[in-house]
Amino acid sequence: MASATTTKGGWGSLNAILFYIFLVLFVLVSLFPLLWVFRMSTVTKSDLLTSPSVTLTASPVGTSYSTVFSNPDFIQALQNSVIIAGTTTVICLFFGSICAYSIARLRFRFKNSVMTLILAISFFPAVAIIAPLFIQFTAVGIINTYWAMIIPDVVFALPLTIWILVAFFRELPRDLEEAAKVDGATTLQAFRKVIVPLAAPGVFTTAILTFIFAWNEFLFANTFTFDAAHYPVTVVIPNFATTYTTDYGAQAAGAVVVTVPLVILVLIFQRRIVSGLTAGAVKG
Amino acid sequence: MTSSDRENVSSVRSAEKKRRGGWFREEFGNPERRLAYYMILPSLVIILLIAFFPIMYSVVLSFTDSTVTAFGSFVGIENYVEMFQNPDFLVGLLNTVIFTVGSVTLEFVIGLGIALAINRAFRGRGLVRAAVLVPWAFPTVISAVMWRLMCQDQIGIIDVVANKLGIISEPILSDNTLLLISCILIDTWKTTPFMALLLLAGLQTIPGEVYEAARVDGANVMQRFFRITLPLLKGTILVAVLFRTLDAYRVYDLFWVFSGQQLDSLSTFVFTGVRISQLLFAQGNAASVFVFVTSFLIALIFIKVFGMQTSTEE
Repeated sequence: MASATTTKGGWGSLNAILFYIFLVLFVLVSLFPLLWVFRMSTVTKSDLLTSPSVTLTASPVGTSYSTVFSNPDFIQALQNSVIIAGTTTVICLFFGSICAYSIARLRFRFKNSVMTLILAISFFPAVAIIAPLFIQFTAVGIINTYWAMIIPDVVFALPLTIWILVAFFRELPRDLEEAAKVDGATTLQAFRKVIVPLAAPGVFTTAILTFIFAWNEFLFANTFTFDAAHYPVTVVIPNFATTYTTDYGAQAAGAVVVTVPLVILVLIFQRRIVSGLTAGAVKG
Repeated sequence: MTSSDRENVSSVRSAEKKRRGGWFREEFGNPERRLAYYMILPSLVIILLIAFFPIMYSVVLSFTDSTVTAFGSFVGIENYVEMFQNPDFLVGLLNTVIFTVGSVTLEFVIGLGIALAINRAFRGRGLVRAAVLVPWAFPTVISAVMWRLMCQDQIGIIDVVANKLGIISEPILSDNTLLLISCILIDTWKTTPFMALLLLAGLQTIPGEVYEAARVDGANVMQRFFRITLPLLKGTILVAVLFRTLDAYRVYDLFWVFSGQQLDSLSTFVFTGVRISQLLFAQGNAASVFVFVTSFLIALIFIKVFGMQTSTEE
């Protein structure tokens, strides 16, 4: 595998060139839709409707962005998404870190059963429970509120949170807690004063991943909400197809606004996110 | 000294219980173990209450003629019979199966290729990692919106280019076969990088000496791939493929948004019963039980037939 680039001479450099062509292609294909849709959002409506080549060369304008930002439903949706994803993240981290610490550090009999059960949830088809949840949420009066999205989001994000945190907690040196316990700290104190501060980077990574998960959620949001006051962005943006029928620029602008913060977040913390995402799968 | 006496007595007692096989007392008599249970309890209660209780309720509902507003009477397997006679359900099932097999196969083959290619030190590693994460971070619905914009008849770049190249003879967005193929390709675009990332992490756990030893023994590239890489990567492959299979099998966002609600999948069928057509509510419940049971069977096949490890202990 590593042999190709280490060989000196003609074949080695040809291989290296092919390798970099492959890399450039790969990066281009990955980024192309975002770049193209961004381009679509910065040309006038008439240029956009002429042809793709005109779209590519037209001079940039910001009209599409003023269109979507003057839409009160869109602003409301951004706010709703932040509240829903933010609350989900906080709840998941609270319960998830307690549970993950117990699994990573304490000894008890049913650890494997508990982990299997938690894993089962991440394989669980969310669509299988929307009918009963719809009936139950209506009965308790939380249908079409933030809670109708936060509660199921928490359930489906918790396994992710717990798995990643278990992996992070296991990496922390055990000696430190032992030392704290020798000095007279209880298990809970050792958790709060030693583990939590040390695990802060891991917890932060988990928070980002949980937030992205909740921000991207669509099925529950589309099932349990009925009005613009509660729609998150994932429900509002597809609806732009009917709001701005042929104003493709505005639709593109909406999509870009919702995606760019996530892309920036991911680019800044990419190294951490990769280790968080792969931790559970490889060690599992 | 009374407290330590009491401790002594209790530890003697717990030892007695242990001898009598009282694992329950042993587990909950030990303060550290008791604390462990208290710490996992909230998460378990949330999961059981919001996921397992509703699926039981779903099973009950599927055997009744309930509506969203009223609990109905027992009707046996009538809903399931009607569901299997409903062409919308059958089309949804077929689309879902084609989509799952097509996208997971493509993602695995391309993802493994990419993982093998980038499993080395090279300049620009950071850029590649960034490129990998960008499609992954996109909300699925937003990527569906973006690809839909690019597939618009006459003006979308994909539609125009595909037309010029003669690949398509009609607009992508008005033909269900083209829509399904597009969905497979979009999902491949979005998830292959993630697959590559998981497989790459697995590759990096294989020690380099193993390959060195094989090379010294005269094994060629293909032999090294099939005799070393694949067997050692088996665990990671099974986890990644099962995860992707179950994810693709419940496809909803992509179909619903990209096709403008035209393309049916199992999940859109259930959704239609809950939110769009009251008449389909009972069949929708039967379909949700069907999705749950078949997902469970898929996972079981991976664990039993392919021997996937479910234990997490080191």
